[in-house]
Amino acid sequence: MSDNIRTVEHATCTFCGCVCDDMDLTVDVDAKRITKAKNACTLGRAWFAEHTIEDRPFALIDGKAATTEEGVEAAAQILVAARLPIIYGLSDTTCEAQRQAVAICDLMHGNIDTTTSVCHGPSGIAFQGVGESTATLGEIKNRADLVIYWGGNPAESHPRHFTRYAVTPKGRYIPNGRKDRYVVLVDVRRTPSAPVADLFIQIKPGHDFELLWALRALVKGRKVDPNLAERTGVSLATMEALVKRMKSCRYGVLFFGMGLTMTRGRHFNSGAVLALATDLNEFTHFVAKPVRGHGNVTGADNVVSWQTGYPFGVNFSRGYPRFNPGEYTTVDLLARGEADAAMIIASDPASNFPRPAIEHMKRIPVIALDTKPTDTTQLAKVAFTTSTYGINTSGTVYRMDDVPITLRPAFESPYPSDEEVLIAIKNRVRELLTLKRTRFPNRKVA
Amino acid sequence: MAEMMILVPGRTNKQGTSLNAGKLKKEYRDVTSTVEMNTDDMARLGIKDGDAVRLATDIGETVVHCKGRKPTDLPAGMLFIPYGPPSSQLMGGDTAGSGMPLSKNFEVSVELVEVPVP
Amino acid sequence: MLRISNGRIYDPVNGVNGAVRDLCIKEGKIVADVPAAAKRIDAQGMIIMPGGIDIHCHIAGPKVNLARKLQPEDHRLDVHPGTAFTRSGTGGIVPSTFATGYRYAALGYTTAMEAAVTPIGARHVLEEFHDIPLIDKGFYVLLGNNVFLYDLLKAGRREDFRQAVAWWVNATKAYAVKLVNPGSDELWKGRRNANITDINENIDNFDLTPLDVIKAFIETVNDLGLPHPPHIHCNNLGRSGNYTTTLETMRAAEGRRAHIAHVQFHSYGGEPGKNPTSKGPEIADYINKHPNITADVGQIMFGKATAMTADAPLGYLLRGISGNKWINADTECESGCGIVPFTYHEKAYMHTLQWAIGLELFLLSEDPWRLVLSTDHPNGGSFMKYPRLIRLLMDRDFRNQEIGKVNQKAIRQTVLADTLDREYTLEEIAIITRAGPARALGLKDKGHLGVGADADVTIYDEHEDKERMFSTPRYLIKDGVAVIEDHEFRCDHEGRILHTTPAYDTAIENSIKPFFEDNYSIVFENYAVTDRYLHHHQVIPTVLER
Repeated sequence: MSDNIRTVEHATCTFCGCVCDDMDLTVDVDAKRITKAKNACTLGRAWFAEHTIEDRPFALIDGKAATTEEGVEAAAQILVAARLPIIYGLSDTTCEAQRQAVAICDLMHGNIDTTTSVCHGPSGIAFQGVGESTATLGEIKNRADLVIYWGGNPAESHPRHFTRYAVTPKGRYIPNGRKDRYVVLVDVRRTPSAPVADLFIQIKPGHDFELLWALRALVKGRKVDPNLAERTGVSLATMEALVKRMKSCRYGVLFFGMGLTMTRGRHFNSGAVLALATDLNEFTHFVAKPVRGHGNVTGADNVVSWQTGYPFGVNFSRGYPRFNPGEYTTVDLLARGEADAAMIIASDPASNFPRPAIEHMKRIPVIALDTKPTDTTQLAKVAFTTSTYGINTSGTVYRMDDVPITLRPAFESPYPSDEEVLIAIKNRVRELLTLKRTRFPNRKVA
Repeated sequence: MAEMMILVPGRTNKQGTSLNAGKLKKEYRDVTSTVEMNTDDMARLGIKDGDAVRLATDIGETVVHCKGRKPTDLPAGMLFIPYGPPSSQLMGGDTAGSGMPLSKNFEVSVELVEVPVP
Repeated sequence: MLRISNGRIYDPVNGVNGAVRDLCIKEGKIVADVPAAAKRIDAQGMIIMPGGIDIHCHIAGPKVNLARKLQPEDHRLDVHPGTAFTRSGTGGIVPSTFATGYRYAALGYTTAMEAAVTPIGARHVLEEFHDIPLIDKGFYVLLGNNVFLYDLLKAGRREDFRQAVAWWVNATKAYAVKLVNPGSDELWKGRRNANITDINENIDNFDLTPLDVIKAFIETVNDLGLPHPPHIHCNNLGRSGNYTTTLETMRAAEGRRAHIAHVQFHSYGGEPGKNPTSKGPEIADYINKHPNITADVGQIMFGKATAMTADAPLGYLLRGISGNKWINADTECESGCGIVPFTYHEKAYMHTLQWAIGLELFLLSEDPWRLVLSTDHPNGGSFMKYPRLIRLLMDRDFRNQEIGKVNQKAIRQTVLADTLDREYTLEEIAIITRAGPARALGLKDKGHLGVGADADVTIYDEHEDKERMFSTPRYLIKDGVAVIEDHEFRCDHEGRILHTTPAYDTAIENSIKPFFEDNYSIVFENYAVTDRYLHHHQVIPTVLER
């Protein structure tokens, strides 16, 4: 450790959707390393500690070292030559970079999608049908006396969700913190989050929709089929007791996660949660919040929505945005073999996507922008090394509750930011397309 | 003898911290190659902690190491694995028109593998 | 440099009412003369006005984006293709950002004010503003339900209240201060979805009434000399009998400047729980007689709308009435929000009454400078319907024809029959869409075409069908750049963010910071918006600074 130490206060951790902005970082400026991250959870500490400056090429083209400029040229050529170029990822980068990605897609009449489609995309679809009663996290801290977690495991995915936001903190109208709250957890297995709850409800896999719908019926004073107890694994008495608590609380919140979106029913499950929270507003104040995974996936939703009107799965092939989950979402476009080029930004689908999608990625030219080597950068034809948002570069991110925060970087990186690379690609794509369109004015080109 | 069980891929602390160190590095690979099984099921199937098991679906298969979990935490017939390349090999690309592949609570076949995994 | 010749100019601020004379532009401003070599536009047969100014609309920010995401079915029907230099998007009742800028410009508008932004969401609004091309923009910051400010008022700390209000305007880069249904947040969030009904009742947990809050803001905002007075969405919006609340709120101004938002929605008689009647004449009369009051009408237009408001209880009420999907969004310590897709029907009694009351207000207005045009877009209807509204005001035959189509029982509740004759002149239209909003906003360099004004100029082909005429300018000049020529976009252009920076004592931060630690979920140091979000911007000085 060198003597050249500085502290960066009020920095923001962007590992998970909690986007905690109370990080106090100790930075070894010479070594370009964060040696301490006060207030960070275990995931945040790893995020800060492990993002150092590694000695790697600025770009790789067909596995060989290249400059960023050479990478930009190669990437632009790939995108312009493609008939259905797709852009994917974007949840681990700044809004400023996300805006450039949409601009490129608009120019080249391609397809743009974010990790939302494999995270809370189903909740976004449900939102379009049902709406949503929601709140910023400070309201939960100040007012919520009933907190329900459904299909999520915050202890392992969002460790400070309990401690900074929703369970332990004291609030204006919750002066005794944890003691003034009743916490419920619903899941198929007993996770490390379960001990936090006053009531753990173990549900049979694939039956969340039935249970949620039964709760809706009970809230409205209807009777439910007693067989539901056996099917869901949850007794009628438990259901009725929960409904009583929900209706009599002062301010209730339902946090829900991948257990609902990634399982059979998908958007129906999310829709059931949203509808239940809406129904409860006839009796008390109730909100429902999807717990967002990555640091700036909410930013991606916001940027794509304001620029196109739709949150994810957007296609520009006709020269204007169209939205259709299942058609214009990336897993589908890859698994069906439709995309003929892909630019993956701050994401690793080669690691996390279903096998058929990964197989197709191996068949098409892929451009990747990432701070570290991953399965995606390894299979990419052109891979850019970029700097890390929130550690090297500033920019805007949105917390899971849509609160926008400006990042405070800790140390500089020699590598360009995602935004800088994307601006360069955009400019070159524009030049190439202008050439293409003027050279062949009668040919129908993108 | 292969048996059908429900696989739940998900996030864990170790999976989250190790991916920061690097997804191509050993720790992340190890964490995402470890599947948890109910200890009663393990006893019944003759599987011990650390044994290699093959998980398979119509889409693909993967060989991972098995670790026991007590039945009060993990019900019989259920498996948990930190998500990553091995679990992705089992997932199908059909999103039922939603964009979301079935990523949790899907059926896999499980059987003990005699040959050890490097 | 540009010389526009042969067009008929309507510039009410400078008393020009249809005269044919040259208009000269240089370096983004109106000037007295330009050299002979300057580019010329021949505006023969055309009408020239300053660029339009929308004083109250909802076009950017967290709640607008929620409403945008909510209605993909609406976007599909109204696509907005890109061109070589304009971005694509989608339209409908809540257009995407690029489409918003282009479409306002395509109506001849050059400035629009986003009417309600939570302080914690200010950064989001500024990001969206950066993606709204062409037009100048500003926003009004929601402070009327701010918990910290309530704490100060409750404790009698009036000087600190003043400093804090000024601090908040600076911290968010706002243009003006907005109040929405003051007092209601505490009841909505804290008392199981209750609402304020009487502005003299105590707000839960505070020894304050909504009227106390309203008076404090009127006094303070005027003392700070902000270019625009406090912009007030009165309590009891939409309820039968609410006109008494509106009158009481206006009286609270006691001669000081105050702006009443979408006053049509606040002009109802009748008893709570029963069908409303019109009190349009009473409200128009009060506004006519009190020169300190300005207002925008909030005209409803039949067809698709979206209720999008910081008045969360109202949102829930509309959900109950319409049965539509509904968004509620609480913002910690600051505000509420309700969003419901909504359609106004010609045959519905209530909707016709609302439509007719809006027209009553316009037609009974004796001072168009102070009762200006708005539909509270998208609450009353899309800004794309402004040309149709203009035709309703200018063309009595058309208006009568439309009156014949709607719910007649509701029409009989109004005095529309007595005002059938009035037709707005072009000069009056220029006042209610340009000169009046500019004056109410304190924008000295906008809304007119005198030397020194911003060169924001709209040139319309004169046409008998006023809806057609105002639907599409032949030319639109923004900051001296002809962005529309012969009805086509020629280039892209970045508009400015307009904001104001009243002076304050930084010591107030010592009071605000501990409040953050206890009550907010973000760190105080990360709350205020930095200049990086301003891009192209202009500070409009307060009255005290001039």
